[in-house]
Amino acid sequence: MDNIIYIQNLCKSFNEKKVLEGVNLSIKRGETFLIIGRSGAGKTVLLKNIMGLLHPDEGKIFIDGVDITKLNKKQLEKLRLQFGLVFQSSALFDFLTIEENVGFYFYQHTNLKKPDIRKKVKETLRLVGLEGIEDIYPYQLSGGMKKRVAIARAIIYNPKIIIYDEPTTGIDPIAVDKVISLIDDLHKRLAITSLIVTHDLEVGFKLADRLAFLLGGKIIFEGDKQQLAQTQDARVQQFIHGSSSGPIKETQV
Amino acid sequence: MAIFRNIASLINYLGNISFFIRDIIFWLFAKKRIFKSLLREIIFIGVDSLPLVSLISFFVGIIIAFQTAYQLKQFSSEIYIASLVALSLVRELGPVLGSLIVAARAGASITAGIGSMKISEQVDALEAFAVDPVDYLVVPKFISLVLFMPILIIYADVVGIFGGYLVGASKFAIPFGLYFKLTFEALKIKDLVVGFIKSIFFGAIIAVISSYEGLQPFSSTDVASAVTKSVVRSFILIIICDCLLTAIFYFILV
Repeated sequence: MDNIIYIQNLCKSFNEKKVLEGVNLSIKRGETFLIIGRSGAGKTVLLKNIMGLLHPDEGKIFIDGVDITKLNKKQLEKLRLQFGLVFQSSALFDFLTIEENVGFYFYQHTNLKKPDIRKKVKETLRLVGLEGIEDIYPYQLSGGMKKRVAIARAIIYNPKIIIYDEPTTGIDPIAVDKVISLIDDLHKRLAITSLIVTHDLEVGFKLADRLAFLLGGKIIFEGDKQQLAQTQDARVQQFIHGSSSGPIKETQV
Repeated sequence: MAIFRNIASLINYLGNISFFIRDIIFWLFAKKRIFKSLLREIIFIGVDSLPLVSLISFFVGIIIAFQTAYQLKQFSSEIYIASLVALSLVRELGPVLGSLIVAARAGASITAGIGSMKISEQVDALEAFAVDPVDYLVVPKFISLVLFMPILIIYADVVGIFGGYLVGASKFAIPFGLYFKLTFEALKIKDLVVGFIKSIFFGAIIAVISSYEGLQPFSSTDVASAVTKSVVRSFILIIICDCLLTAIFYFILV
């Protein structure tokens, strides 16, 4: 399998604070890849760099062989449409109906007629297990349903890579299980690359083909589940066992 | 040293604002706008401000009428309250008070609205969909404010003049016909133009400042301070702009 995302020595700081300090990562086409790390470790910053929403201070990011750090604004916008992003807070537009939210890509970037878009929206909502909610607003939905709608909005235009930012944060355990099986199901059905960023290991073990561990702005582990189980790195072991004693201090991210 | 830091940060702020204005102007002409989506903004920004604008202009009209009558009494020429109310409202108080009301009401809610979208990642979501937040969120508000502000101000002027008339009619028994004849005699086209141009500028200031401040917050606590900054900075810029425009018009349209 070839690499769809390849990151080399990525550095990013905000003011004086270094968030990423030389991240190296390769994600293969078609796999489910998981990035784990503590809250505040810079996982979201890493995602935003991959999508070209933030510009790295140093390093290279290759998407499908193209170094995106060299692209201009127009080319970056085009690149972003190869991604489907499911935000941590779902980030549905609260002044638009569910139909306008899910069909947002088509309303903005195509000349498709409203009835055609509505049809596509219906199909996609059915794919994530929702029906008959096209004309209501996001505030009328529960957290788990919002997450499904956000997933529908991200997959409707067949992106090459779908990115989930903390897909299980802030929803109840039953909804978590449903979202996990939905992610797994979509991955198999749509045969796309999925990149999941989370601090929830349970989700990781259920879904991931391979995973990486982000700590202190660096990737300290990259490999599959077997390699993870065998790793001798005390920091990774501490995180897996959720222990407060060990090399990672409570204040360290 | 603190004063230098303040001046430096003011220059920095104005620099950022000018980049922001450049973006707005770029997107303003970049594509066609759908009137239907503008209508929602116009209703929210303009029409919803009407009751408050009516109330305040009405009372301001009454206040100016009494104040001028107090002075004119010395010359026994209270009848001229009509022209003084009309002139001070149309040239100065209508645009300034009207835009301060809109800055406090619509400007604050634009900042709060965009600010909460920013912290709930909706602004990032727009960018992820390759939609520029300035294009999608700011420009419609800018167009609505610049278009609707003059209409709102003319409306405020009319309501204020009516307030003045009530004083003229009840206290000094000036007949309706005479009052409005004096009003229109006093007003010249240039006065209307001055009020019109001022209100366009003030509308633009409110749109730019309230949207710019709305895009700044990083956390929910920032939203509150962004709203405060938005209203205060709009007030300051409106007054400074008013002073400049009044001076300019004084020299070119004597």
